[in-house]
Amino acid sequence: MRKFLVILILAVLGFYLFEAFSGLGLGFPRFEHGVKDYYLDKTVSELHVANTVTSIVVSFRGFDTLGEVTVLFLAVSALGSVLYKRRHDVGSRSILFASSGIVRSGSKLLFPAIILLGVYIFIHGHLTPGGGFQGGAIIATGFLLMLLAYENFRVSHHVLSYVESLAGIIFVVIGLLGFIDGGTFLQNFLPSGILNELFSGGVIGIIYVMVGFKVAAELTGLIYSVLHEKD
Amino acid sequence: MYKFLEYGVYGASILLILIGLYAVLTKKSLIKIVIGLSIIDGGIHLLLITIGYLRQGTAPIFSPGFENAAAKMVDPVPQALVLTAIVIGFGVTAVALSLVIRLYRHHRTLQIDEIKSLKW
Repeated sequence: MRKFLVILILAVLGFYLFEAFSGLGLGFPRFEHGVKDYYLDKTVSELHVANTVTSIVVSFRGFDTLGEVTVLFLAVSALGSVLYKRRHDVGSRSILFASSGIVRSGSKLLFPAIILLGVYIFIHGHLTPGGGFQGGAIIATGFLLMLLAYENFRVSHHVLSYVESLAGIIFVVIGLLGFIDGGTFLQNFLPSGILNELFSGGVIGIIYVMVGFKVAAELTGLIYSVLHEKD
Repeated sequence: MYKFLEYGVYGASILLILIGLYAVLTKKSLIKIVIGLSIIDGGIHLLLITIGYLRQGTAPIFSPGFENAAAKMVDPVPQALVLTAIVIGFGVTAVALSLVIRLYRHHRTLQIDEIKSLKW
């Protein structure tokens, strides 16, 4: 009975959603002089950044990204405090099986390559698809692989929190340095260079590298605290 | 053919949202409810990206050879929005799973109809 009711409600909802969106059409230029054209124009002419998504995320909407990184930090600290366990609490139910030799040597072989790929992705965030969030997630995947392969692989919480705090502080300090020339928060104060070169875009590259470090440290700490919740 | 694609992409993303909602509304296991939330997230991201699509458009990246292709580029605004939404969705999933672990530790069950302390 309840399932029938739910299916009925969802069918009505789906019908109206589909009606609304199928009338929209697919692949038409929607606005004559929308915000899209402004962003696409200013990205090349002012910021000299190749990747428009990066320039929106880091420069035009950089303040939102600061909030977003804060939300991620908040999620990780909430997870840590919810999973907190006192000494005399009931023992953990997680059982880690010893992994086979193939997994262990394979992950040892892959781990540096995964880290290198992550670093490459966030350093080239303003030139190619990708950026700080994606590169940080890839680095955390490498740590997850090592944590699954070696049961006594340890990550220092102190190092993680230092990396994370330092990256966050550098982000905010770079943002505040934008005030020097009478500009605004996160204003570019470095020379913006030539389009499609590695050192272009001024502060955007530096900020995305810092976001990459911060996301990598946060996600690694998150995976670690879920896997080893008895610590 | 193109009409078919249009209906297919919008239909698929709306179907994902509905599947996720169905799981959230009817499933009893807490893990399945969290999975349903993630599926809703995925559907919404696909829907937003689809709105910004341009017919025969390229990615909004001015790589060498594409410096003057601004008129053919897809809308970068929904893509930046979805990048934010993915990160927030990740945080939501992580916190929800930690709450599930906490509930399991307290009640020794994952079925919501067996957790009776909230019922009156």
